[in-house]
Amino acid sequence: MLRVEHLQVGDLPALTFEVADGECLAVEGPSGVGKTRLLRAIADLEPASGQVFLDGAERNEMSAPQWRAHVRYCGAEPAWWTETARAVFPAAVRLDRILHSLALEPDVLDRAVALLSTGERQRLALARALIDEPKVLLLDEPTTALDAQAAALVEELIKFQLLSGRSVVLVSHDRSQIERLAHARLLLPKTPGGASTGERAA
Amino acid sequence: MSYAYVPLTPFDLALAAALLVVNGAISWFFRLQLERSLAIAAVRMVLQLAVVGLVLKLIFAQTSPVWTVLMGLVMVVAAGVEVTSRQHRRISGWQTFGFSTATLLFIGMAITGLGVGVIIGPAPWYAPRYMLPILGMVLGNTMTAISLVLDTLTETAHRERGAIEARLSLGAHRFEAMSNVLHVALRTGMMPILNSMATTGIVALPGMMTGQILAGADPVEAAKYQVLIMFLIASATALGSFFGALGGVLLLTDTRHRLRLDRIAARP
Repeated sequence: MLRVEHLQVGDLPALTFEVADGECLAVEGPSGVGKTRLLRAIADLEPASGQVFLDGAERNEMSAPQWRAHVRYCGAEPAWWTETARAVFPAAVRLDRILHSLALEPDVLDRAVALLSTGERQRLALARALIDEPKVLLLDEPTTALDAQAAALVEELIKFQLLSGRSVVLVSHDRSQIERLAHARLLLPKTPGGASTGERAA
Repeated sequence: MSYAYVPLTPFDLALAAALLVVNGAISWFFRLQLERSLAIAAVRMVLQLAVVGLVLKLIFAQTSPVWTVLMGLVMVVAAGVEVTSRQHRRISGWQTFGFSTATLLFIGMAITGLGVGVIIGPAPWYAPRYMLPILGMVLGNTMTAISLVLDTLTETAHRERGAIEARLSLGAHRFEAMSNVLHVALRTGMMPILNSMATTGIVALPGMMTGQILAGADPVEAAKYQVLIMFLIASATALGSFFGALGGVLLLTDTRHRLRLDRIAARP
C-alpha cells in the first residue's frame, strides 16, 4: 500500500491519499496543474516536502535507488540511453512474454531505438518499467502514442498488474480509460485551496 | 659556442605594438566594433606581463620559500576564479569555486612538487625560478581541463535530462545514471593534451621550448624540458578532469540521487 502524507508539490495544496494493493488511482486535473510533478515527487525524482510510505516504510528510511526499485515512475515520453533496447534489460531476464502481451516483435530489442516508432518506444518503456516487478507503478499517459489496439493491450497489462497486487497511480487524458481502470480518483484543483482527495468513482 | 642574448628595448616593443593597427583596421573596415576591446586587451596584456615580470624578479631575488608559496597560492586562487567565470551555465557559483580551487591546489602541489622537487631537483628544492613557471603551466592546463569538463557536464546533462531521469527512475545510482554524460565530459577534458602531445613540434614549437631556445639553451636540452612538462601537464589534466567530473556530478545531483538541473544558472 502506498500512502502519501502532506506532500507539497509546486503550488498545489498539500496532498494526502492512499492507494491500496491492487488499486488504481487516477489523477485528474487541467494541463499544467502538476500531475506529472506529483508522480515524479512520489518517485522522489524531485524534492517535495511531506512523507510517502510504502507498506509502512517511509521513503527516507531507504536509499533513493531502493525506493525507486519499488516505486516506479514511467514517463510520458520515455528517453533511451543505449543504441538498442536490449541493452537496458538485464541479460538473464526472459522478455518474450511481456513483449508478446504488448504485441511487440522480439526484433524490436535489437533494432536501433532511434528508428523505432514512438508507439514501440512507449510500449518498450512500459516493459522496461515492469521487468523487475516494482510494487507501485506511476504511469504518466501510458497510451498517448498508441493506436486503439495497442492501447487496449496496455490496459490489459495494467489490469494484470493490478490483479497481481500492484498499486497504480495513473495520469491520463482519456476519460474512458480512467473509467475502465481506476478504482478512485484524485482531482487536482486549478487554483490553490482544498484538493478533493480520494473521491470514489463506483 | 657562444650565444649573444639580445635584450629588447622599449622601442622594439613599440614597433611590435604598431602591428595591432592591422587588427584595428580589420575591425574598422568590417564595422566589428572591436577597437575598444582590442585596446583594453592589449593594455591589460602589457600591464599584467610587466607586473608579473617585476614580481617574479623580486621573488627570484629573494629565493624565499614563504614568497614562493604565497605567489603559488595567488596563482591557484586566480585559476579557481577563472574556472568559475568561464562556465556557460554555472552551478551555484561558490561551490564550483570552492571545489575547483581545492582541486587546483592539490594538483598544483602534487604535480609541481613531483616535477620540480623530485624530478628536476634544483637547489634549493623550492627554487622559484623552476617552481613558479612550471606551477603556472600545470595550473593553466588543469584550469582548462576542469572548465571544459564542467561545461560539457552541464550542457550534456541538460540535453540528456530525459535519459538520466529514466535511469534514475529505474533505480540507478546517480553515477550510474550519469555514466554516459561523465564519459563525454572526461573525454572532452583529456582531449586537448592528447592532441597537443601528438602534434607538438611539427608546426609550432611549444612556448616554453621557444623561450629556452631564445634564451640560449641547447635545443636538445630545451626539448627534454618540454617532454617533462608535457608529461606533467598530461597527468595534471587527467587528474583535473577526473576531479572536475566527480565534483560536477555531485553538484548536479543530490544525496537522494535526483538530477538537480535547477542548480544550474545560465550566465546572466
